Amino acid sequence: MRGILKKISQINFGLMSPEDIRKMSVAQIVTPDTYDEDGYPIENELMDPRLGVIGSSLRCRSCGAKGGECPGHFGSINLARPVIHVGFADTIHKILSSICRKCSRILLTETEIQDYRQRILEAMEREESLTPIIKEIYAEARRDRCPHCEEEQEEIKLDKPVSIVEGDYKLTPSEVRERLERITDNDSLLLGVNPEVARPEWMVLTVLPVPPVTVRPSITLETGERSEDDLTHKLVDILRINQRLKENMEAGAPQLIVEDLWELLQYHVTTYFDNEASGVPPARHRSGRPLKTLAQRLKGKEGRFRSNLSGKRVNFSARTVVSPDPNVSVNEVGVPELIAKEVTVPVYVTEWNIDRMKEHIENGPDVHPGANYVIRPDGRKIRAYNETKDVVLENLKPGYIVERHLKDGDIVLFNRQPSLHRMSMMAHEVRVLPYKTFRLNLCVCPPYNADFDGDEMNMHVFQTEESRAEAKTLMRVQDHILSPRFRDLSSGVYTTISQEHTSSQGKRLFSVRSRPPDPQEGRAPPPDREGREWTVKEIFSMVLPDDLNMVYLAEICRKCDECLEMDWENDAYVVIENGQLITGVIDEKAYGAFAGKILDQIVKEYGSDAAKEFLDSATKLAIAGIMHAGFTTSTNDEEIPEEAKERIEAHLRNAEARVDQLIEAYENGELEPLPGRSLEETLEMKIMQVLGEAKDKSGEIAESYFDMDENHAVIMALTGARGAMLNLTQITACVGQQSVHGGRITRGYDNRTLPHFKKGELGAKSRGFVHSSYKEDSILLEFMGGREGLVDTAIRTAQSGYMQRRLVNALQDLTVDENGRVVDNRGVIIQTRFGEDGVDPAKSDYGKIVDLDKLVQEIRLKSGK
Amino acid sequence: MQDVIKKIEDYSSRNGIMLPNPVTEYVAGIAEEEKLKDPELHDLVRLFSRICERNRGLEGEELLKAVEDEYLRILKVRELVKRKRAKFPPRLIEEIAEAIKRHGLSDDELDELVRGVRRAYERAMVEAGEAVGTVAAQSVGEPGTQMTMRTFHYAGVAELNVTLGLPRLIEIVDARKKISTPTMSIYFEGDRKYDEEFVRKKANKICKSTLNDVLKNFSIQYADMSVEAELDEEKIREKHLEYDDIIAKVEKTFKKVEIDNNILRFEPPKPTIRELRLLADKVRKLQISGVKNIGKVVIRKEDDEWVIHTEGSNLGDRFKEEGVDKVRTTTNDIHEIETVLGIEAARNAIIHEAKRTMEEQGLTVDIRHIMLVADMMTADGSVKSIGRHGISGEKASVLARASFEETGKHLLRASIRGEVDHLTGIIENIIIGQPIPLGTGSVSVIMKK
Repeated sequence: MRGILKKISQINFGLMSPEDIRKMSVAQIVTPDTYDEDGYPIENELMDPRLGVIGSSLRCRSCGAKGGECPGHFGSINLARPVIHVGFADTIHKILSSICRKCSRILLTETEIQDYRQRILEAMEREESLTPIIKEIYAEARRDRCPHCEEEQEEIKLDKPVSIVEGDYKLTPSEVRERLERITDNDSLLLGVNPEVARPEWMVLTVLPVPPVTVRPSITLETGERSEDDLTHKLVDILRINQRLKENMEAGAPQLIVEDLWELLQYHVTTYFDNEASGVPPARHRSGRPLKTLAQRLKGKEGRFRSNLSGKRVNFSARTVVSPDPNVSVNEVGVPELIAKEVTVPVYVTEWNIDRMKEHIENGPDVHPGANYVIRPDGRKIRAYNETKDVVLENLKPGYIVERHLKDGDIVLFNRQPSLHRMSMMAHEVRVLPYKTFRLNLCVCPPYNADFDGDEMNMHVFQTEESRAEAKTLMRVQDHILSPRFRDLSSGVYTTISQEHTSSQGKRLFSVRSRPPDPQEGRAPPPDREGREWTVKEIFSMVLPDDLNMVYLAEICRKCDECLEMDWENDAYVVIENGQLITGVIDEKAYGAFAGKILDQIVKEYGSDAAKEFLDSATKLAIAGIMHAGFTTSTNDEEIPEEAKERIEAHLRNAEARVDQLIEAYENGELEPLPGRSLEETLEMKIMQVLGEAKDKSGEIAESYFDMDENHAVIMALTGARGAMLNLTQITACVGQQSVHGGRITRGYDNRTLPHFKKGELGAKSRGFVHSSYKEDSILLEFMGGREGLVDTAIRTAQSGYMQRRLVNALQDLTVDENGRVVDNRGVIIQTRFGEDGVDPAKSDYGKIVDLDKLVQEIRLKSGK
Repeated sequence: MQDVIKKIEDYSSRNGIMLPNPVTEYVAGIAEEEKLKDPELHDLVRLFSRICERNRGLEGEELLKAVEDEYLRILKVRELVKRKRAKFPPRLIEEIAEAIKRHGLSDDELDELVRGVRRAYERAMVEAGEAVGTVAAQSVGEPGTQMTMRTFHYAGVAELNVTLGLPRLIEIVDARKKISTPTMSIYFEGDRKYDEEFVRKKANKICKSTLNDVLKNFSIQYADMSVEAELDEEKIREKHLEYDDIIAKVEKTFKKVEIDNNILRFEPPKPTIRELRLLADKVRKLQISGVKNIGKVVIRKEDDEWVIHTEGSNLGDRFKEEGVDKVRTTTNDIHEIETVLGIEAARNAIIHEAKRTMEEQGLTVDIRHIMLVADMMTADGSVKSIGRHGISGEKASVLARASFEETGKHLLRASIRGEVDHLTGIIENIIIGQPIPLGTGSVSVIMKK
C-alpha cells in the first residue's frame, strides 16, 4: 500500500563543470526581460516555460508535467567573460599563491609532493578532515623560486572580495582561469581540490546556471501587479550587463569600457551568490532593502537549513492559550471542541470498528465525534460533507481509512516553547472540553514552565500507530515525574496545596461527616466512632498507598540545633506508618516540584501510574480542603504592631550610625584594610555587611510578630507553597540595600547618586539603602536594583539559549551501544561505560544506584524481624 | 617484604596517599601473599586509603583492627558478588561492606541484600540506544536559564574575585584559552602546611609587589624635572624583601637614577611634563617581586593548615617549588591543567569546575551528565570547545556542520574536496526526512543473505 521506503545512504558533494551546467540546461537565457506585454513568458528569457511552471493551469514544456508536479529545470547563461565565484575567492587566492606563475606546478619539491600525497590519501581513506593538511601545504608552498621551472615568483594578494593582485598588476579572471587550468590533477589534490569531483578552473565561472522558476516564483499582488523574486531581479541585472559587455566587445569598444563592464558583471554575479560578502556594497531593492540572494537563503536562523530542513512545519497540530483546570488529570489535556473537530486521527476501518466509524461519518464534520475525510484504499481522499456522507457510508468497508475527530482518551503530544528539556514535550490524553483554551492540570506547570498569564502551547496529534505506541511507552507525563537532570521530581503542586495541611495540626479539624470519601479510592472510611470528626491527617492518609512507610522533615522545619522530632509544636516531623500519616505537615517537601519526598517514594515503589493517581487525588483533596476552610491573603497579613515598627526603626537607625562610624574611621585613616583589598573596597565591604545584617535582623523582628497559624501569607512562605519570608519582611519591615553590579549604588550625578545628597557622601541612604518597607514610602533609588535584574534576565536568556544550542549540537549524536559504551555516529568511543557505572540518572536513587539502608529495612521487614 | 613496602610508599607519595605504618605493612603482607602485580597493588593501596579515610580518628591497634575488618568484609562481598555473577562498581561493593557493619547483617541477609542490589542495579542501567548526549546537554543547559549573570562573587575567600554563574559555565564549555579570573589554591605537604612563617614567605615570594608598595614618600618635582621616591625599610621587611634586590631592579630598569640610601631620584629621558608623568607611573608600577601571571595573593587558614590563594595562575612553575603539595594544589584554568598534568586531569578539572559552578548557584545536575560533556570535550586527547571551533566544527558530516554555523563555508569546501556525507548523525537524517538513528530509530532489521 505504501510501497517500500527507500533509504538515502549517502550524499556526495562536488563542483559542477561548465559542461555539466550546459548539459543540465534546458534553455539558454539571453534576454533580460521577464514577460511580454500580455503577461506571457518569452522564450530564452528568465521565465522561459521550459524552466518549469508554477500554477496548475500551465504545463511544463520540458517534462510535460503540470505545475506543482514539475520540480523545474535549470537553464544557463553564457557569460561573455569569465568571473570569479565569490565563495571560492579565498581558495583561488591560496592556490595561486601556492603554484608557479609560469608553469602552474605546485611550489613543492618532488619529495614533498610525494609526502603530502601519501598523507592526504591516508586521510581520505580514513575519512578524516583534510583541512589541517591542506593548510600546512598552503603554508609550505610559498617559495620565491619555482622548484620545477626556476621561475621567480611574485607575491599574490587578495583584494576583497574577488580581485587577485600579483605584485602591482591585477589579474583578470581570464588570466586566473588560465593558470588554474594548467594545474595537473595530481597537484590539484594537494591544493585541496579533489580531481575526481572538481577542477580548480571551475571555480572561475564561464557559464552561470539559472535556477528554475519554482525556486524564484513571482507573486501577483492584489492590484494585478507582478512582483519578481529577488533572485530574478539579480539575474536580470546579470543578463543586462552580460548583454552590454558582449555587444561592446563585438563592436570593438575601448579596453577601458570593456573592463568596466567586466567589473560590473563580476559585481552582479558576486552579489547574486552572496549579498553579504565583505568588501562589496550589498545590492539593493528599489525600496532600499538589501536583496536576499543565494547565500542568504541558506544561512542563519531563518535560512533553509535551520528553518526549513532542521525544523519543519506540520499538519495536525494546534496552538492556543492555556488555562488551569484541577479537574483534568495530570496526564490529560483539555482540548477545545473547535480544535478536536479540526485535527483528526486516521483510523483503519476493520470489521470490528466499522460500526463506530460509520457513526463518526454519520455525524459529519460539524458535530463533535465526527469525521472529516475518508481515504479509499486507492489513496483517494474524500471529504465527508453532510451532503455526500451517505454515499461515503455506503461504500465504507474494511481497508478504508477514516480521519475521525479527536476524542477523549486519544493520545497527543503537548509542548511549550522554549523546549529546553525533554519534559517540554510530553504525551497527554485528550479530554474534549467546551470553550477555546487548552486546559491543563496545575501539577504539570513546572516541567513546562507554564503559567496562565497568556501562555500558549502546542498540541500535535499522532498519525501512525507506531508513533502512538512510542509515545505511550516513552512520553507520558507520569513517566517523566522523575527528571533525568538531577534524579528528582519534575512535576508537583506548589501553589495553594500546602497550607491546608498546616491547619492539620490536629487543632483545627475540618468536617467531612456528610461527605464520604471518593468512592474511586475504593477504601473503607475509618470507623466513625461516637460521631467523632475525622482529622485531616486521616483524610490525607486515604490518598496514600496502604503500605507506605517513611519519615522525613517537612519544609517548615526551622532547622533547630536539636531536633525535638515528634514533640515539636510546629509538627515538622513527618511520620507515615503503613499508609497512615501519624504526625507531620504535608507541604512542598511532600509533593512539590523538585522536592517532594512522598511523591518520589511513590514513583519509585509503586510505579508512575500510582504516582499519577496520588498527584491527582492529593490535588483534589487540597482544593476541596481549601474550599471548605477558605484561604486568602491580604495586606493585613503584612501588618505588624507599632511596637515592632519602633524596634525595627531603632535597629535600622543603630545600623546607620554604625555605617557612619565606619565612614568616619575611614576618613580619619583609622580603618584597617583587609588583606589584598584597598581601603575603599574594605569600607564598602564592611558597610554592606553591616547593612545586610541590619536588614536581616529587622526581618527577624517582623517575623517574630507574625502569627504562624493564622497568617496565610506566612503559611504559604513557610510551607513553600508560594512566596518567601524575604518577600514578607520586605513588605513589612525593610526593603534593604539596592545593589548594582554587586555593590552599592554609585551612579547617577557627579559624585552623588541623587541631587539632594552631598557630593561624595558615603552614608547608607545616599548609596541606595532603603530602610523603609514596601508598605511605607518608596525611595527613588529602588528602581536601580530592579532595572539591573530586568536587563540581567534579558541577557541571560539569550546567552544560555546559545550555550544550550551548542551543547545539544555537540552531544546529540551520542548514544549507548549494546555493550553499554557511549559512542558517537562515527563509532568513536566517548565513554566505555556511561557515567562510569552505567546507571541512568533518571532511574537512580538520588544519583546513587540504590539506597542500601532502605533495602536492608525492606529485607528485614519481609523476613519479619 | 621491604621491596613491597618501598613500592607502596613510592606509589602513595606520588598520589598523595598517606597510609599509617601498620596498615602499610598489612597491605604489603597481602601483596606478598597473593603475589600482586603492580597495577593490582596500586588498586589495593587506593582501596586501603579509602578505608583509612573512613576510619579516621582511630589509631594504632584499633585502627589496624578496623581496617582489617573492613577489608575482610569487602573481600566477602566481592566474593559473593562474583559468585552471583554480578558486576558491581568497586564503590558499591565498599558501600555494601559498610552496610554490613552498620546494620550487623547476617550472611543470609547479606545474600538477600546483594540479590536486591543486583536487581536494582540492573533496573537502573541505561538502555542501549538511549540518547544520553541530548539528555546530558539539556540537563547542563536548562539550568543555565536559572543562573545569575553576576560575574563576580566572593567564593570562599572574601578577598578574591572569582567568575561564577552563567559566564563561568560558558567559559568552561567554551574551553577558553584565557579565562577571566584564573586562580590557584596552593597547598603544602608534610609539616610545612602548619608552618605559617614558611607559607607566608612563599606567599610573599610569588605575590606581585610594586615599588609603590614599599614607598614612604613619593613626589613629582616639576621644578627640577624629576621624580623622587623614598623607600620604607619597615615595609620592605614586612614583605620579606631585600633592599639590594630592589635597588638592583631599579637600576636595571631606569637609566637616569640617583640612589642615595633610601631616596631615589629619577629623571625622565626627555624633560617634558608628559614624559615626567609617564615616568612617575612607571616608577610606581615597577614590579619588584613576584612570579609571572600571578597578582594578588591571600593566605588563609583552612582546618589548621595554611593555604595560599592567588589571583592569576601559574601551575607548572609552582610545582617546582619545594614544599608545595603537588597532589592538592590546583588551578581553575583548564588549559593549564592540560599542559601541566595531562588530558585526564583536564577532564576531571572540567567536571569539577562545572559541578562547582552549578552547586554554588544551588542547582543540582547529576554528575554523569557533566562527565559526558567533559569526556566529549577531551575525547581526542586535547581540550576542544563546544561550538563551531571545536566539536561541532569537526564533525564528519557536511550537513551537520552546515546546519550549525557557517553554512556557506562548509558547503563550498565540501564541494571542492568531494566530501561524502554518510548520513549517520541525527541532524542529517532530520534534514533528509528519515528516522533518526537513536532510541526507537536505532533498531533495524538485517536481512539474511
